[in-house]
Amino acid sequence: MRSGLRPVWVIAKKDIRIYYLKGPVLIFGVLFPVCLFLAFAIGRAVPPANLVPGLIAITLFFTTSSVSPAIAPWETQARTLERLLCAPLSLPAILGGDVLASFLFGSVLSLVPVGLGTWVFHASVKHPAALAVGFLLSAACFAILGILLSSPPTDKPSEIMMLSNLVRLPLIFFSGVFLPLEQMPAWGQWVASISPLTYCTESLRYGFGGPVRYGPGLSLAALLAFAILFWAASVRLHRRSMSRRLWA
Amino acid sequence: MTHAGSAIEALHLARSYDGLIAVEGVSFAVAEGEIFGFLGPNGAGKTTTQRMLTGVLPPTSGTARIFGHDIQREAVAAKSTMGVVPEVANPYADLSGWQNLMLAGEMYGMARAARHERAESLLREFGLWERRHQKAKGYSKGMKQRLLLAMALIHQPPVLFLDEPTSGLDVESARLIREQLRALAAQGATVFLTTHNIEEANQLCDRVAIICRGRLAAVDRPEALKAPFAHSQSVLVAFDRTLEASALEGWPGVSRVEKEGDKLRLFTATPGALVRRVAEYAGGNGLEIVSLNTLGPSLEDVFLALVQDRPAASEVAR
Repeated sequence: MRSGLRPVWVIAKKDIRIYYLKGPVLIFGVLFPVCLFLAFAIGRAVPPANLVPGLIAITLFFTTSSVSPAIAPWETQARTLERLLCAPLSLPAILGGDVLASFLFGSVLSLVPVGLGTWVFHASVKHPAALAVGFLLSAACFAILGILLSSPPTDKPSEIMMLSNLVRLPLIFFSGVFLPLEQMPAWGQWVASISPLTYCTESLRYGFGGPVRYGPGLSLAALLAFAILFWAASVRLHRRSMSRRLWA
Repeated sequence: MTHAGSAIEALHLARSYDGLIAVEGVSFAVAEGEIFGFLGPNGAGKTTTQRMLTGVLPPTSGTARIFGHDIQREAVAAKSTMGVVPEVANPYADLSGWQNLMLAGEMYGMARAARHERAESLLREFGLWERRHQKAKGYSKGMKQRLLLAMALIHQPPVLFLDEPTSGLDVESARLIREQLRALAAQGATVFLTTHNIEEANQLCDRVAIICRGRLAAVDRPEALKAPFAHSQSVLVAFDRTLEASALEGWPGVSRVEKEGDKLRLFTATPGALVRRVAEYAGGNGLEIVSLNTLGPSLEDVFLALVQDRPAASEVAR
């Protein structure tokens, strides 16, 4: 199992213990979706089948990609990276471990809005299999995006977080989360079509029986394609930036 | 330059950063069970070479093999055989000493029972057992370095790479680490010791390589390297009164005199004759000899002679 998934799990366990199981991180992870619910649900007559998928999508997007971009700069700054690179672990295994930790963290915390949506807002699940696949595929895709965002060779987490927010925040407004795609201008719809968050929202909305522009097959295929693209770019860019990281 | 029975082979290793050549044409082989010192002044290319040997940094050209495994093409197999203590490294500050060792063992695929047994043995050996549950952020520098060495040894690697392992440590920790290295070598492990501490290399190493400005200047046993410097023998003498160096300058057969604290060091090619002359001088001037030692050429003399005026790899490349 050494050459398979075991190294990935070893790195994921290390990440969870060191970077995720921290009071402030967990509190942020739980409060974030609750606050989003309060901000967007109170006083708005939006049908649950429209509102709940969008809020789950944002929570998934932010929780899976919030900590992972900072891990590589943290390891560089704390001078733990070189020891990691000396171990018999391939770079894809190290990155895979980071992705797995992020995936697990985001998926577990995103169950909070799923629970709130179904029990408080009585949003009913119409297509559970599509919802589950869309949820998990989105979590994986966004976790990989987080690793991609950590590739610049810096040892300053703040620089990466700035870059990360610069990429993530605009996507919320162009991904059909709050404004349905069909109500967007043509250029907005084009931008939405190249955002993975759009396909996450669409697949979750389909799961809750809401109106969708793309079919579930297309949304899931797009999420898979984004995940593969982000992974290939992550491995390539991290491989290139690693020596600069050590040289810094 | 492939050597049968070599634990480590460097074959024409070269590395450049942004057009600047840091290391060029570095080739050597380290036999199994050997303690091999890698010496050089700051910025000479020691750490870059070690990083290429341990697979952390890909070489621009050339290759390295660990027990025959190419470090780039068979990285996992090669890395499984080595323990590494990098120059600038820390254990995970938020994990305890025990947790750091468990993590290191897991990275090398060790089973739980073997990890536990080995970790306990190492923590006791390195004097960290009582503090094993304390987070590493509370450890002193010496304790962190001992923990890093324990982490590198958790899987009982046949090859150990250490980059400046005793730099900046207290005397007790430095001595403990040196004793461990001797013990490991006695058990058959191969040790690659990168250092700028010449005396440490002289005491520990079977052979040393001296790198300067990215190029190898010499590879040999310390005593073989010292042989051409026989003229650098000296007599170190302390009298019951402190004398200035000028008092003994100009003696026949004495190339120079240096004052070292309350002692005088006289450099000569004929120490026997000089000892007699010093005794006569003391008797004739009412001086008592407190201590007197004859010293051979030091590795430091060799090092300084080799590293002076050598062109940098980047300069040669131009």
